[in-house]
Parts: sequence; C-alpha cells; structure tokens
Amino acid sequence: MISLNNVHKSYVTGSNSLHVLKGIDLEIKSGEFVSIMGSSGSGKSTLLNILGILDNYDEGSYYLNGSLVKDMSEKKAAKLRNELVGFVFQSFNLISFKNALENVALPLYYQGVNRKKRNKIAEEYLDKVGLLDWATHLPSEMSGGQKQRVAIARSLISQPKIIFADEPTGALDTSTSYEVMDILKEINDDGITVILVTHEHDIASMTQKIVRLKDGRIDEIIKNGDLKNFQHRYAKELETA
Amino acid sequence: MFDIDKWQEIFATIKKNKMRTFLTGFSVAWGIFMLMILLGAGNGLSNGVSENFMRDAVNAMWLWSGRTSIPYKGMQENREIRFTNADYDILKDLEGIEHTSGRYYIGGNLFSYGSEYGEYSAITCHPDLKDVESIEIVEGRFVNQVDIDQTRKSVVLGKDIYDALFDGKEAVGEYVRVNNIPFKVVGICKEGGGTRHRNAYIPVTTGQKVFNGSNRLHNFALTINAETIEESQAIENRVRERLARKHKFDATDESAMGSYSKLEDVIQTMKIFQAIDIFIWIIGIGTLIAGVVGVSNIMLIVVKERTKEIGIRKAIGASPASVIGLILLEAVMITTIAGYIGLVLGTGLMEGLNFIVEKQFEASAATNGGNGETLFRNPTVDLGIALSATLLLVIAGAIAGYIPAKRAAKIKPIEALRDE
Repeated sequence: MISLNNVHKSYVTGSNSLHVLKGIDLEIKSGEFVSIMGSSGSGKSTLLNILGILDNYDEGSYYLNGSLVKDMSEKKAAKLRNELVGFVFQSFNLISFKNALENVALPLYYQGVNRKKRNKIAEEYLDKVGLLDWATHLPSEMSGGQKQRVAIARSLISQPKIIFADEPTGALDTSTSYEVMDILKEINDDGITVILVTHEHDIASMTQKIVRLKDGRIDEIIKNGDLKNFQHRYAKELETA
Repeated sequence: MFDIDKWQEIFATIKKNKMRTFLTGFSVAWGIFMLMILLGAGNGLSNGVSENFMRDAVNAMWLWSGRTSIPYKGMQENREIRFTNADYDILKDLEGIEHTSGRYYIGGNLFSYGSEYGEYSAITCHPDLKDVESIEIVEGRFVNQVDIDQTRKSVVLGKDIYDALFDGKEAVGEYVRVNNIPFKVVGICKEGGGTRHRNAYIPVTTGQKVFNGSNRLHNFALTINAETIEESQAIENRVRERLARKHKFDATDESAMGSYSKLEDVIQTMKIFQAIDIFIWIIGIGTLIAGVVGVSNIMLIVVKERTKEIGIRKAIGASPASVIGLILLEAVMITTIAGYIGLVLGTGLMEGLNFIVEKQFEASAATNGGNGETLFRNPTVDLGIALSATLLLVIAGAIAGYIPAKRAAKIKPIEALRDE
C-alpha cells in the first residue's frame, strides 16, 4: 500500500535550510494500524504530510497504492486525496461556517455527488460516530471530542483506503482520547489502513506497529509482538521521568 | 459551467458570511451610486442651461433697425434707418443664411371670436419663422408662401389663444377678429421649448397691407449656416456690411442696426460646460478608482481570510480550479448584484430629483410668462455609461480576487492549513 524509499525533505527559510527527513525507508501494508512517534522536531508530522500528499518531498521515491507520487500536479493530487485517503487533524479543521452535516458531506461534493444523496450518506456517517442529533450544529457549538468525531466521519465518507491522523488526540482529554482511539480501531477493523502521528505512548501502544523517528531517521520499528515489551519500557520511562 | 450544486455551495457560503458579503457589496454599490449622482448632476446642469438656449434655433440671429449714432458720408447722425421688403430679398439670398423672416409691428392686438375676446400679440412673419423660433404645429398649418403672395388674411393661433377663444371647439376654418378685422384661422401652434403660447402669427404682407405698413419691416429673424464663433461672426459682418451699404450707415454703428447672434453665446456657454463635463468625469473616474481599490482590497482580505478553508477543501479533494471558481463566482456575483443595486438607487434618486425639478419648473413657468426658469433639468445618466462602470467594477473585483485565489489554490494544502 505504502512504500517509501530513501525520502529526504528540507525546509528552506531564507538562507537557512532545515533538513527534516534524512532518508526514510518504510513499508506499510494494507489494513495495518500504524503510529508514528518521536519527539517534537523529529519530522513525524512532515512524514505524515508527505504520506498524505499534503506536502512534497525532495529526494527518493514514494509509491502509494502502486503509483509513484512525485511532482504530481495539484489537480491529480486533489483527486488522489479525494478518492484514496482521509484526514483527521489535531485542530479538527472543520469549516467554521458549515454545520456538522455539511462538513461531513463536503468530500462527496468534490466527487460530484448531488446534494440530496450526499446529505443522506453524511447522516449515515454521523450516526456511525453517534452524532446524528448534532447534524445541524456548527463546529463552534460542539466539544473537542465531538468535533473530532465529525472530522472522522468526514474522513470516512469518501470510503478511503487509508486514514491519516495527525495527533488526533492532541487537543483532547484522556477519556475522550480513548473514545476517539476506539473509533479509529473500529475503522481499522473494517479493513482501512490507519496511520497516526502521536507523541503519547499510551495512544501509540494501542496500535499494531510503532515507527519511532529520531532526528529525521527511523530509530526503530516496534511490531505487534513486541508491544508488550514496549508497554513495559514505557512504564519504566515514566518511572525514571 | 452551470452547475446547480456549485451555486448552492456559493449561496451557502454567502449566507453564512454576511459581513464579508456586505462589505464587498457596499463598496461596489457606493462607487456606482456616487458615479450616478455625479454624472447625473452634471448632465442636469448641462441640460438645464442648454434648454434655456434651445427655445429658439441655436443658430438664430436677429437684426433690428434704429437711428444712426455716427455721421456717415456727409450725413448727420440720428438719422432713422428703415428696413423694407427689398432688404428681405437681399438677406434671403445672402451666403450663409438659411432661413429669413421679416416682421412688421402692428399695434393694439385685440382678438375676438363670438363673445370671447382677449389681448394677445399678433406677429407678422414669413413662413421661415417657424424654423427660426422652433414653432410646433398642433393643428392645421403655419403661414405659407401663398399667404404671403396673395396677402391672405390667415392667422395661426397660439394654443393659449385657441383655448381662450374657442374652448375646445373646431377653430381651423373659422374667422377671428384681430383689431376688428376678420382673419381666417389656418392653424394652431406651440412655441418651441416654452410653456405659454400667447402669440398669433399672420403673413407679413397682409400685416403691411391691412395695417398701413406699405413695404416697411421692423426687424429680421434669421438662421445662419455656421458651426463656430468665427463663421458666425463672419456671417454677421457680411450681413451688417451689406445692409450698411444699402442704407448708407457705418457698418460698425450698433445703434443704426442692432444684431444679435445666439450661436456665439451658445458656443461660449457650451465651452464652459465642456470644462464642467471634463471636471465631473475626472471626479467620476476618481470615484471609480476608489471603488476598484476598495473592491480589490476586500477581495485580498477575503482570500487571506479563507486560506485555511481553502487548505481544508484541498485536503479533502478540491482541485485548484474548483477553489478558484468558488471564490471568483462568489466575487462576481456579489459585485454584479451590488453594482445593480447601486445603479437602481442612483437612478432612483436622480429620477426623484428630476420629478421635484420638473414640478418647480412648471411652477416657475406658470408665473413667468411661459418661460420656466431653471438651471437644472433631466439629471439622468446614459445607461451605457452606468453599465460600463458597473462592468468595470465587476471585472476589477474578479481580477483582484483571481490573483490571490490562484496563489492560494496553488500552494501546498499543508501550508494553507497552517495559516491562522
């Protein structure tokens, strides 16, 4: 599903160049539930943005669903994003003047689905995240957890193959975080690949595979079997902290 | 291109961003409104003054005789100059003169028909006076050449005389008495540009014959074939020299023969109005530029404000073209509707003003011998100009929206999302 080979990315600000990703090799198969971890500045969000075709990269190659993503026209990228991937952001990124239902239905607008039909589908997805009663509310009238669930419903409505979540629980309290993670887990159980970025160990430990980044390189990849070990080490890290 | 869903999306956006919509719309509507008022006021002033001139043909010239004030060829001053029918024949064939009419004054003008009577002016004339003084025929005909040749006792009544004497009855073919002499009514007329019509016209030869004038004429009304002040003055000089030679007076002697050419006055005044017109256009264009800058400014802010929204739309699959289309269509729609509103309000105000001005004009006309005094008439704007101005603002708004929208649609969605 996803194949990265020696991907580099630098940000140039004025005369300074910041080398963020220094050669990433990564394989993610269809149906995996992966978290990307790392301290701030390790390049984890940058990596996710590249994976989600929200940003471009400088060197190397990236194959998404078998096709090379490089120097793609914005039009083609938009089509690919619309059909293949869904996004969940830390700051929700709902359109503030649209109500929950309209926000959820928006991806279908860009697929050319007519209003009546897409509103009906949007209702189904709002129901799935338990917010059907909130359909006509504006984002400003909802709690953080509710907003994130609306965002998840929006990411799912186009029936994507992959969900990218950038710190989906970063702005939420612990219990709401767990609710959101439960929803993401259900999505994964339906066969959709979920890739999320987090810096919280307990969130990461709920996924099947953890990719740890350090200074723009992959430090280690912890697979399903080693999670117990990871949880143990995480507990120890907490003690020493 | 036309896509109901797209319009629904645009309407939904407009409905939920009322302040932004209002500000954009207001700057356009205001620009057009001010332009309409400015140009309308300018036109009104121009129309009012030119109408005062247009009451008679703009190229009219009048000549009247008097007494000499300068001794000439051994003859003393204070000699009376008398025009005759021979002068009419000279003037008629002089180069540069289009229409000629002579007049012989007749005194005391009592008009009567049956038991109705009244005091009005009887003006003796040639058929050409109709063109010189822009007389409109309501019924029948004006004095014609046969009247002149056969010295027929024909009379053309002014509308007011007809109303007073006949009160709606058929008048053409009837006889009215002028100073107790019966004249046959051949037509009813209105004076061009005036609101009172108290003059009656009779053939000049009849006037001379019936009222003992032999071949004498008191003055001439002419129209001349001139477009510039220079041409007009050349013709005036030619007329003066020709008549001075015949009647033996100094051609520069203004009291021997008075002359007045309307065209010189009209052209002078029109020059002032051209200057005012240019001034108004400069202000108008300034207003338009202010409007264009205002719209552009707001569009820039709108796009800036929507950068994050654009990022979100792109992240969920909006193509750059659809993003630009959304912003542009919205801008064009708002500016078009607002421009139209400004147009309607401006026109409405000007029409309202026109109504008041017309009322005042009628009131002043009723008390002032048929000539309404006003410097301000018909203050309206050419629709073509108004529409072009609106179109200009719409295009300016579209361009001002297009450039930043295109940039916003081009940048990576992640950069747009980061924008707060």
